[in-house]
Amino acid sequence: MKNFLRLNASLLYWVLVAPFKGEMFKISPIFRQMVSIGVRATPMVALTAFSIGVTLAMQAAHSLQELGAEIYVPDLVMVSMLREMGPVLIAVIVIGRSGSAVAAELGTMKVSEEIEALEVMAINPISYLIVPRFIAMLVMLPALTILGNYIGVFGGWAVCHFALDVTTAGYVLRALESANTWDLYSGMIKSFVFAWIIITIACNAGLHVEGGAEGVGQATTQAVVQSLLAMLVSNAILTSIFFFK
Amino acid sequence: MNQTTEAVVEVTNLFRKFGDRTVIDNLSFTIYRGETLVIMGGSGCGKSTLLRHIIGVMKPTSGSVKIFGQEITTMNDVEIAEIRRRFGMLFQSGALLASLTVGENVALPLLQHTDLSAEEIDETVTGKLQMVGLNGFNNLKPAEISGGMRKRVGLARALALDPELLFSDEPTSGLDPIMTAVVDKLTLELTKDEGMTAVVVTHDMTSAFRIATRMIMLGRGRILAQGTPDEIRTHPDPEVQQFINGEPDGPMPLNLSQDDHEHHPHVKARPLVAARHRFRHKMP
Repeated sequence: MKNFLRLNASLLYWVLVAPFKGEMFKISPIFRQMVSIGVRATPMVALTAFSIGVTLAMQAAHSLQELGAEIYVPDLVMVSMLREMGPVLIAVIVIGRSGSAVAAELGTMKVSEEIEALEVMAINPISYLIVPRFIAMLVMLPALTILGNYIGVFGGWAVCHFALDVTTAGYVLRALESANTWDLYSGMIKSFVFAWIIITIACNAGLHVEGGAEGVGQATTQAVVQSLLAMLVSNAILTSIFFFK
Repeated sequence: MNQTTEAVVEVTNLFRKFGDRTVIDNLSFTIYRGETLVIMGGSGCGKSTLLRHIIGVMKPTSGSVKIFGQEITTMNDVEIAEIRRRFGMLFQSGALLASLTVGENVALPLLQHTDLSAEEIDETVTGKLQMVGLNGFNNLKPAEISGGMRKRVGLARALALDPELLFSDEPTSGLDPIMTAVVDKLTLELTKDEGMTAVVVTHDMTSAFRIATRMIMLGRGRILAQGTPDEIRTHPDPEVQQFINGEPDGPMPLNLSQDDHEHHPHVKARPLVAARHRFRHKMP
């Protein structure tokens, strides 16, 4: 825990303070990380979001059809995608894909003395290794969430269009009418917080690996389990702050 | 030989304890500009630990280490980084960044600490790699070259910024005799012609006597002997003689128990039978 807080403090220093002291972090590694964390995850995110959209629509239709209120299916898909399903499930995908990869990569660098070598070359490992991953994650997880929201809503449309008596125009109108901007923004805030949690936990686990390959494996497991738990708990807290007054 | 009396590294009364085991026991010595100091000693006698204290990666229990006249044990990260730009370090394993190519590894210190243009960096990188006998390897990844080559790339990287002071941890282990000679010749040239100071940790005796201007022999965390190569060759201590002649029988202990070796606080002695239950305990 102490290590974790210290990592957060030095990250904030290298992102917010150091650039004004003439120690600007390099931009190109951030884009490289954005590609591996964000761009390469788009197929998985798309598939996940589409399945969730379809599932939500089918569940909603099943209950609402009995009341003859199928017209409310788009409302339900839209609001639950934006507020909960989008941010949470896409964070789950990113934890499994990138959280584990970052922890394993940094852990391997730690055990093979690469991080010590960086320090001895007077290159700060936080600035050189962690900052690009941190910024890339903070940008890409919300971006992936927006993409996922679109695709999830599209999945809902697919169910309405092919299986229910809801027209495309009706779907779009209902969906837009039901959601307000705060639904979108609350989801974005959530996914920003999740991004922070995922990347700091993964980096912290990786940087403090001890004892060879076994340690790397443990750190990876630890990063995935801890960030999943922290993400779900913080989601409950954020939902209670945003919507449960 | 342009050896001077200017101290580059001063170690005074250095102690380091892991738990209740003393790994470095009251060490004091000085390294002068332009000399090649070879630190020898058996495996696990604290050579690498000593090196880690000198470069400020580990903090001593007590005592002082001065590099270029500045105390490194009490410095903050910024001051240490400043000092570290002036010396190079070759790690035992090479410690190359696996995600970068060989060329990018050598270029790394140049990219981070200088404002050279891309062409100048390219030129320097190729030059340094040629110095260690590696031509045309720039675009390979460390995983694609042999261990000895990795070590030589590590040396090229340590020399990238033309350091005043070079620390080498086992520079020649894993190298064939010809490459060992090449690396030794390089060290000699750099110290003689460029006035670089070299600190070499090794237990390769041929190489040690070839490059050393002064030698220190460590044992049980203490200095067993120090002096010029000739003084060491004729040193009366039987332990020193056993070591430099590589004899299996002599005063040096053959077997180390866990207590004699590096102390890991999390390692508890346990009977071998317990090993089969290990996995069950370790899963989180």
